[in-house]
This record gives sequence, structure tokens and C-alpha cells, in this order.
Amino acid sequence: MTVTTPKFPTPNPLFPKRQQVVTREDWLMRILLGLGTLWLLVGVVLPLFPMIGRSFFDPNGNWIGLANYVKYLTTPSLVSAFFNSFFIGAMSMMIAVGLAFLYAYALTRTQMPGKLAFRVLGMLPLYIPPLAHAIGLIYLFGNKGLVTTGFLGVFPKWDIGLYGPVGIIIGEVLYCFPQALVIMITALSLTDARLYEAAEVLGSTPLKTFFTVTLPSVKYGLISALFVCFTLAFTDFGVPKVVGGNFNVLATDIYKQVIGQQNFSMGATVSVFLLVPTVIAFVVDRIIQRRQTALVSAKAVPLQPKSHPPLDWLMFGFCALVAGFTIAVLLVIIFASLVKVWPYDLTLGFKNYDFSTVGGGGYRAFWNSIRMSFYTAIVGTVAVFMGAYLVEKGRGMKWLRSANYFLSTLPLALPGLVLGLSYVFFFNNKIWWIPFTKIAIYNPFNGIYGTMAILVLCNVIHFYTVCFLTANTALKQIDPEFEAVSASMRVPFYKTFWRVTVPLSLPAILEIGIYYFVNAMITISAIVFLYPPSLPLAAVAIVNMDDAGDIAAAAAMSTLVVLTSIGVRILYWLFTRGLQQRSQAWLQR
Amino acid sequence: MFAIKTMSIRLAHKPRFLSALSKRWKTFTSLFLSSFAIVLLVTACVADPSQVQNASPGASTAAGGSADSITVYTALEDDQIKEYLASFQAKYPDIKVNIVRDSTGVITAKLLAEKDNPQADVVWGTAASSLLVADQQGMLEPYAPAGLDKVSEKLRDDRNPPHWVGIDAWMSAFCVNTAELKEKNLPMPKSWADLTKPEYKNQIVMSNPASSGTGFLSVSAMLQMKGEQDGWKYLDGLHQNVAQYMHSGSRPCKAAGAGEYPIGISFDYRAVKQKNDGEPIEPVFPTEGSGWDIEANALVKKTTIKPAAKTFLDWAISEDVSKKYAENFAVTAIKTDVPIPKGYPADPLKQLAKNDFNWAASNRDRILEEWTKRYDTKSAPKEG
Repeated sequence: MTVTTPKFPTPNPLFPKRQQVVTREDWLMRILLGLGTLWLLVGVVLPLFPMIGRSFFDPNGNWIGLANYVKYLTTPSLVSAFFNSFFIGAMSMMIAVGLAFLYAYALTRTQMPGKLAFRVLGMLPLYIPPLAHAIGLIYLFGNKGLVTTGFLGVFPKWDIGLYGPVGIIIGEVLYCFPQALVIMITALSLTDARLYEAAEVLGSTPLKTFFTVTLPSVKYGLISALFVCFTLAFTDFGVPKVVGGNFNVLATDIYKQVIGQQNFSMGATVSVFLLVPTVIAFVVDRIIQRRQTALVSAKAVPLQPKSHPPLDWLMFGFCALVAGFTIAVLLVIIFASLVKVWPYDLTLGFKNYDFSTVGGGGYRAFWNSIRMSFYTAIVGTVAVFMGAYLVEKGRGMKWLRSANYFLSTLPLALPGLVLGLSYVFFFNNKIWWIPFTKIAIYNPFNGIYGTMAILVLCNVIHFYTVCFLTANTALKQIDPEFEAVSASMRVPFYKTFWRVTVPLSLPAILEIGIYYFVNAMITISAIVFLYPPSLPLAAVAIVNMDDAGDIAAAAAMSTLVVLTSIGVRILYWLFTRGLQQRSQAWLQR
Repeated sequence: MFAIKTMSIRLAHKPRFLSALSKRWKTFTSLFLSSFAIVLLVTACVADPSQVQNASPGASTAAGGSADSITVYTALEDDQIKEYLASFQAKYPDIKVNIVRDSTGVITAKLLAEKDNPQADVVWGTAASSLLVADQQGMLEPYAPAGLDKVSEKLRDDRNPPHWVGIDAWMSAFCVNTAELKEKNLPMPKSWADLTKPEYKNQIVMSNPASSGTGFLSVSAMLQMKGEQDGWKYLDGLHQNVAQYMHSGSRPCKAAGAGEYPIGISFDYRAVKQKNDGEPIEPVFPTEGSGWDIEANALVKKTTIKPAAKTFLDWAISEDVSKKYAENFAVTAIKTDVPIPKGYPADPLKQLAKNDFNWAASNRDRILEEWTKRYDTKSAPKEG
């Protein structure tokens, strides 16, 4: 693209040429923003209509108005599930974000030894398929678990009562922790050292500095993390399904309605109840985020944490504890994949890695998953970052940017099961009926049903929010002055985007790419209704194996998935190290 | 200093922002909306609904490819599928079979979700009680496969031509972990009545009937066997001993196999298989009889029904493959000379309790509602 060089003399001094250049640029930005909103509309909102529509019908397709809602509110077990979900969401949120904050603080603000290792280990739970987490937890804390039986009698027995809220919360914390960590590291690593220098010069105590400088500077990231964790724990169904015991939550109720009773109408109704708190959380988040101003100005100086031995070692201990637990879960899964019959015949062997006798597609499924995750990472990263940029750094069109922001955060509120079903209803329909009219139109998107494309689209949307918030947090911390300066120097926004914004946000962008990859590797709930017969997937294979009772094979496949994600992560890191160092070099003093 | 900075930004932004608001805001809105409309118009065309529905067959090839390729939905176990299919592939090498396997619940949900544009050509080996749900929605095409006369009366739809035809039957069974039983000094349960004895408190797991067909099987069997009033009374007693209601049919048996709980109420094939895999599991068939269901096949109603789909259904009740079924299941729809597999009762037909599928199907919602009201309201798990 070429830049129009201003021509002199300007015809009218009141409306200089600059105005025109800016206008054309604005148009480009608006069209991009419009397109970005349009695709989110197709990916997020439109599929919801057939889904929500179903909540007003009975299973046979008769209009029954609000009868499903009335039935829901008058059934005590369903109402109690709502409060249970809320309890799980709140508890998991507080624990996961608390741990993630401390962990991220240790990584970014202390001179704790082994930071690099802890950074990698902190992300470990992200690579483990949720079902494998549950398998690991049962093997550790179940009635026959290693911890419960005191490591086969070596230590005193310790029964934590896994099945029920305790198990769900542990599982959800494991699930949410890395997600919160991504956001917290981003928030904590972008700061201005001058603020701390000023605090020090003014004689502020470290504690006071923490509450007056550190905490306020990450408060938006913190709120985003709370929002993300609450919604994830509130809507997750994998963990409660396996370790929930008789503790009913909304997500398992949807499962019961849809899978157990094939009652989509009631499933859709419960989904609407699942949406209410997440929408409220969203509104609160939006109101607070509105006040955020940039922290890293063009004159910002990066913070180089100072050594403080007692704190460093305290943090080391804390991180070792957290990382140790996640490693323990992973090791138990690997162990489970190697033993013959848990817990009675502990002979080790690789027999379970031969998937030819169990179902699910074996190694073919594994390769398909890698392919799908790779596409998801590429498409998703580009879509998310462009979207976040246009929303955060776009000018004017406030309503459209707000709409785009809303659509970008909405996917988090959608449980995978609901999203997957919505996609089936929406995309596998050759014609759409426009409500209350007799008009129908051909579905232009029907063609992608049953292909790799719909799986990638579903994954990109499913994990859009966390990535979007990560990008958003990173972008918010870049001073708008960069844009202002380049605009005043008549540099078009796309050049600023490419030359300043992208390099500055590179850590966040890389984080998003890898986040997409690993999540696409392990996701089940959204994909289980969508995957076509010709494309078996590893994560679905794990569920199928587990359902068929081949737990060892399921653990083996999980181990493969985990090792792949970790391997890709290492490769990614090696390849991008040079790139990162170059683009982040200015941060070093 | 901060104040100056924000000022300068404001100055840089304001004029542009204001001008955008004043005039272009409206033009842009209209442009955006019209471009949206254009997108819809270009990619889709407004059509007469009746025409659309009639015109669909041409476009439906997207689902499964050529006429010689069929998509089969099944809830059979993976290792079984491979064995069974071998004879089909030997006989019809030209027909490509795409298997979609999942648990009964997921397969049924998938089938129903795709009601308006079915992807499957055939459903194979899926619970008859689930197929009844699909049938109620008019999704099944009646078809009498070749060799129907050999199928046992009890294991097929009694209409002619039948909407579904069974291949074998499975029944509820207890998975009892002998090692745990010994450790806890518990006697071996022999009957449904035994399970309500106080010594089994919190030692039993079963599937939640609201999540799993296997769970429903046991509940419906109790209600049909004892009559509703006594049936519920029995379930009240059982509830006192149940530690967990699980969300899958096989999970209770797996939990028993792993020693999590000594007794799991599950189904026969699972119990026998886990025993043969070396787990300390003893399959117990309750003396009062077992609830049971049929694994059945059906043709999916769609605009173009492929001949290969019918070929598949004919094959699916042929003697060749029935012999294979008989190696895994004690009760098959076609009588074979294969001896009853190890671990099953000697007279499996006798083990089957009274079961009226139509009664169970039409009362299912009511039963589940009552069950949920009685046992599922407990918000926290019981102690221990």
C-alpha cells in the first residue's frame, strides 16, 4: 500500500489535506471493523437463534411459550443446580485467580530462581485434556487414590472427599489457573519502572507500593481474569461430570437433558439460565474496563525486578508447590497410561499405546487433531489480534466497537456443548426460516458443515474471548500516544499497527497462538457434535475410550496430546526466541 | 505532565471524532447495513419455502459423497465394530462405510439435532428405546431387511414393515469387585433385594437414569417388575445405599473395576469384558431378573435413500455377522449355534425381566421427573 504524500499548497488552510488522508484511513478501518463484526455475528450470534428458539418449543416442535422456564423454576433440583454452579464459579474464581496472581507476580516482579521453568510449568494444566485431569484426580484422591490410601500404605491415609464440590473446585482451579495466568502475566509484565522509582524516592514501604502502584496497575487484568475464571468454572461440564458425584450443576443438567433425555428444548432453557450470570459478569467487567487508561506510555521504562532473597525464596516455595501439584497430576496420568490394570496389576508397559484394538480412530485421530489445532492457531491469532486492535485502537464508531467487544466476549459465556449444538442447528440447515414470515433463504454456510472448516471456526470462536482479552489487555497498556504521534506524522494506521503495535504486543500474540493450539488439541464439548465421520479427533477419542472403559488407552492418548502440546510449545519458543528478543530488545535497559 | 499528555491526545482526537459523528456516522450506518444485506443476497437467494424443500435432494450430496459410500451411526463398542465389519467389507468391497461411533446418548442427540438434514444413512446397534424417540419424530423409514423372518419376535418392531430391527439384547447386571468385597468383609449380593441391605450403605454406584439409558433400564425394570408403588418403595431403599449416581452407563462398572466402590449397577457386556480383561470383577445377574434393551438398526428417512444403506441393513441381520454378535452377547436376534459367552447366565432369555418398550417410552418423562424429584434434589453428596 502506498501513502498519499500531501501536496502543497493546501487549497484551504482551514481544512488541510490531512483531513482527507485521515478520512480514507478511517474508512478502511471502519470497513475492517464492520467485517470483523459481521463474522463474529455469523460465528456467535446467529447460531444462537435456533438454539434459544428451541427453548420456547416442546421436543416435538410445538410452541409452548415460557412453559419450559416455568418448569425449570418450579423444579427444586434444577434451581439448586443454579446455586451450586454459582458457588463453584465463585470459589474456583477466587482460588484460581489468587494463585495465578501470586504466581504471575513471582514470575514478573521477583528475582526468584528458576523463573523460566516455573513459567513453563505454570502452563502445564493447559496442555492436559480435561478428562485426563479428572482421571488424574481420581487416581490421586479417589477412594482408591494414591493420596487417599496413603501411597499404598506408606503414608497416613487422607481422604479429601473428592466426589462433590471439593473435586469440582480442584478440577476447575486446575482448568482456570493457566487461563488466569496468561492474563496476569501480560498485565504484570507491562509496567512503568518510573512509578516504582518514584514510590521508592518518596519513601513508600514495599507494602504500600504494592497496594498503591502494583495493584491499581493490574486491576483491569485482574478483573478480566476474575471474569474469565468465573465464567469458565460456571459453565464447564467435563469436570463435574466425572468427579461431581451427586453435586448437580447447570452444565451437567444440560448434559442430562440433551444426552440423557434428548430434550433439546429443556437443554436450551438451561443454557439460557447459564447465560444470565455470565452476561451480568460481562456488564460489570465492561463498566469497570471503561475507566482504564494506558500504563505504558511512550516514555515508559521497563521494570527490572530487584533481588529480595526472603521474598524470592518464599515465592519459590509457593511456585514449587503449585507446579509440583500440576506435575503430580500429569505424572499420575502418564503412570496410568503405562500400568496394566489399575490398581490391582501395576505391571508397566507400552501396550496401551497401541490403539489398534480400541476405538476412536487411534493415530489417525491424533494427526487430525494436530492439523486442526494448527489451522485454529493461525486463523484464530490473526482474527483475534486484528479484532482486538480495531476495537481498542480504532477511532470513532464507538457503538460498533462496543458491539464488537460484546461479541468478542460473548463466546466465553457459551458452554462448548451449547456452542456445538448451536452450530449443528445453524449450519446443518439448508434453509433458514425468517421468524414470523413465510420467507426462507438458502443457508450460504451450509457447505462448511462436516468439514475441517467448521471445526476450526468453532474452535476459534469457542476460545475467542480469553485470547481477545489477552490481546486487549496488552493493547490497552500501549500508550495511545503512539497512535497520536504517528497520525500527526501522517503515518497510516496500518503502518503503525505493523511497525509498533505488533512488535510491542508480540509476547501476547505468541501466547495467543499457542493458547489456540493447545486448546484445540484438548477441546471436547463443542466438537463432539460437530466432528464428521471422516475426521476423528484425539480429544474425542479420549472420551470414547474412557466411555468404553479403556481408561489406560485414554490416559495414553492424553499423554500423547500433552507431550505434543509441550513439544510444539518448545519448538515455537525456539523458533520465535530470536524474533522476540529483537522486538523486545528496547525493554532491556 | 500527565495532564498535558491527555490534553494533547484529546486535541488530536476530537476534531476527527466529532466530524465522524456529525455526518459520516449516518452514512456509515446505512452503508454497513446495506452491505450486510448485499452479503445475504449474494450468497443466499430468497426462495419459496415449498420449492426449497422439494429442491433439496440435488444439494444433499454434500453429506456423504458418492452413492457407494454410506454414513453409519452406531453405539456399538469400538472393538466390536472392527470385528463385525470385516465380513461386510469382504462381501461388498465397493461400498465405503463411514462409521460414527459414540455413546447411545450422544448418537441419539446427534441424530435428533440433525433432524432437518440427516447426515446418517443408517443407524446400527443403537438402543431401541432411543430409536423410539427418533421414530416419534418421524425420522425413521420403515424397511423390512432380507431375512427378517428369522429375527426373534421379541427383538423387533411389531409393525410391518418394521421401523427398527434388533440384532441383540443387553441387560442390567451388577459389577462386583471381589477384592474390595473381601477387604470390606461384605457378602456377595445376589439380587436386587440384597442391595438394599444396610451393610451396603454407600458401597453402591449406579448410572443416573436422567443421563444414561442404562440407568433408566434398571429403574424402569424395577417399576415394571414390582408395580409402580412397590417399585418406588424399593428405589427409596436403594437410594439409601447409593453413594453416587453417575453420568454414564459404563462408569459404575469402571468405578467398581478400579475399586472406587465395590458394587456398580451397570450392564452385562461391560461386566463380562472387564472380568476378562483381568479386573477383579464378578458379573452378577440379579435373581429377580434384569432390565434389558435391544441394540437395533434402522433406516434414516431422507430424500435420497441409497441402495447401499439397504444392503447394509440386510447384511446387519445376516447369519455371518450374527455369529459375531453372539460371541459378545448372550441374546441375539438371529439364533446361531455359537455357545453362550463365558460369564453369562446359562439361560439368558430367562434372565430378561418383563419389559414393555412402548410403556417405558411413553412414561419415560414422567418416571424421570419423579425420579429427579425424589433422589436428585440432594445438592451435596452424602458423607463418605
